[in-house]
Amino acid sequence: MAGAVKKRGNRLERNDRLVRLALLVIAFSAVSVLVVITIFIVGQGTPIMFRYGFKSFLAGSDWYPSEKLFGLWPMIVGSLAVTAGALVIGVPLGLSCAIVLTEFSSKRVRGVIKPIVELLAGIPSVVYGFIGVVILVPFIRETFGGPGLSVLAASIILGIMILPTIISISVDSLQAVPPSYREGSIALGATRWQTVKMVLFPAARSGIIASIILGMGRAVGETMATIMVAGNAAEVPGSLLAPVRTLTSNVALEMSYATGEHREALFATGVVLFVIIMVLNTIANATSAKRRKQP
Amino acid sequence: MTSQRFACLLLALGVALFPACRGDRSANDLTLAGSTSIQPFADRWAEVFMEKRPGLGVDVQGGGSSAGIQACVSGACQIGMSSRELKGSEKELHEIVIARDGLAIIVHPSNPVRALTLAEVKQIFDGDLKSWALLGGENKRITVVTREEGSGTRGAFQELVMGKTRVFSGAITQDSNGTVREIVAHDPAAIGFISLGLVNDQVRALDLDGAAANEENIRSGRYKLVRPFLFVSRGEPTGLAKAFVDFVLSAEGQALVQEEGLLPIK
Repeated sequence: MAGAVKKRGNRLERNDRLVRLALLVIAFSAVSVLVVITIFIVGQGTPIMFRYGFKSFLAGSDWYPSEKLFGLWPMIVGSLAVTAGALVIGVPLGLSCAIVLTEFSSKRVRGVIKPIVELLAGIPSVVYGFIGVVILVPFIRETFGGPGLSVLAASIILGIMILPTIISISVDSLQAVPPSYREGSIALGATRWQTVKMVLFPAARSGIIASIILGMGRAVGETMATIMVAGNAAEVPGSLLAPVRTLTSNVALEMSYATGEHREALFATGVVLFVIIMVLNTIANATSAKRRKQP
Repeated sequence: MTSQRFACLLLALGVALFPACRGDRSANDLTLAGSTSIQPFADRWAEVFMEKRPGLGVDVQGGGSSAGIQACVSGACQIGMSSRELKGSEKELHEIVIARDGLAIIVHPSNPVRALTLAEVKQIFDGDLKSWALLGGENKRITVVTREEGSGTRGAFQELVMGKTRVFSGAITQDSNGTVREIVAHDPAAIGFISLGLVNDQVRALDLDGAAANEENIRSGRYKLVRPFLFVSRGEPTGLAKAFVDFVLSAEGQALVQEEGLLPIK
C-alpha cells in the first residue's frame, strides 16, 4: 500500500517536472524568435554598412540604390518627424479622453465610449490609410496646398491610430489610483480638476508614460497607412506639407523589387529602425523609472 | 494507445497523399509572377485560356519584374513576367517578347497642358521645372509622381527619358501603376508615368514631341516611349507553360492584348 502511494507521488513529481520543462521551452521559443530576428536582420544588414561606411549610410541624404547611393538620413528624419507629429496630435487627444472617461463622465457614457475606442484599435491599418487617401489628403491639398500626401497627413492618421493605445492604458492606470487619494484630495477642498491635475496625474504618471511609449512604438512601426498617405519622397521634408518617407515605408515600398546590394540596404534600413526603436524605448523607460522613484 | 494509433494513421495518410497532391498540382497548374504592369493583361489571358481548357489552373501573381525573374530562377513560378530588359546574370533565362507597351506621361484631365517635349518631361522629373505656369498651364507647383527604385516601369522611364539624369528625390513615390494613376486622377497639379494600356478617362496622356500616345504613332516610331513586355523561363517552356505561351502569341492572344490597350509584337 505504502509502496503504491510512493509510486504515485513519484509519478506526479515527474509530471510536474515535465510540465515545467515544457512551459519553459514554450516560453523561450517566444524569446528565441526575437533573437533569431535580431541575428537575421543584423547579419543581413550590417555587412553593407561596413562596406560603404556608417557615415554615408546614416548621414547620406541621397537614396539612389541603382547608383549605389544608400543614404538613410531622409528616412530617419521622416520617421522621427511623423512620429513626433503623431504624438503631438495623439497625446493631448488621448489623455483628455482618458481623463473624461475616468473622472468626468457617468457610467453610461463610459459604457458607450470605451468599447468604441477599443474598436478603433481593431480597424486594420490599410483602412486608416484608405480613409486618409480618400478624405484627408484631398482636404489638405485643397485647404493648405501642396500635394496633400504629406508629413501632416501621416501625422494625423498615425495620431488617430495611436489613440486607442494611449486611451486604454491611461484609463487603466488612472483607475488603478487608490480611491482614498481622490477622496482625500476632495476632502481637503480641492476641485475635481485640481484633483486630476495634482493628485491623480502624478500618481498614474508611470502608466501614462507607458501608454505614450507604446503609442510611439506603434507610430514608428506603422507601415501600410504611412505608405498610403505620406507620399514617400526620399527627401528631408522642408515643411509639414511636403511628402516624406519613413524607414518602414522604405523597406516595404522597395522590398519586392530589390535584389543584391539594394536588398541588403533595405535590411540595413531595418537595422537602423531596430536601433531607433530600442533607443526610444530605453530613454522612455529610463525617464518613467526615474519619475517613479520620486515620491 | 488508441489516440497514438490514430495519430500514426493520420501521419501515414498525410505522407501518402502529399506527393499525390503535389503531382496533381504541377501537371495542371501554371504560376506566373512578376511585373505589376503585365499582371492585368496576364490575368485576362489566363481567364480566356482557362475557359478554353477547363480543369487547368493559371495563377497570376504580381511582385514586380525583379521579383518575378528571381521567382523564375528559383523555380517558384514557371514563367516570370518582366517589363524591363533582362540584365547581367538574368540574361541566361529564356525570354519571349509577348507584347509591347507604350509608356504614357499622364496629367489630370483638367490640366490645360496637352503636349510636352521629352526634354521638358526630363526637366520636370529632375526637379528643374517646378511650375505649370512655365509650360502654359496654371500657376501651380508641379506634383511629380514617380515609381520606386527597382520597378520595371521606372527602369524603362529612366532609360527612355532620363538617361543619366536622376529623378529628383522630392518626387512622390508610389509602388504601382494603379496608385500613380489614382494620385494623378485626383491632383490637378500632378504628373506621372504609367503603362499606356492602363490609361483611362480619369487621366490624360500627353502628346510627346508632337505625337499623340496611340498605337499608330508607336507603330510608325513617332511616339518614342515604348518598351517590351517579356515572359522569362528556365530554358524553353514545356508542357502547360508552352501551351500558355503559344496561346498568348497566337492571333487570338494577341488580339486580346490589343483589346486591352497593349501593342501586339508584330
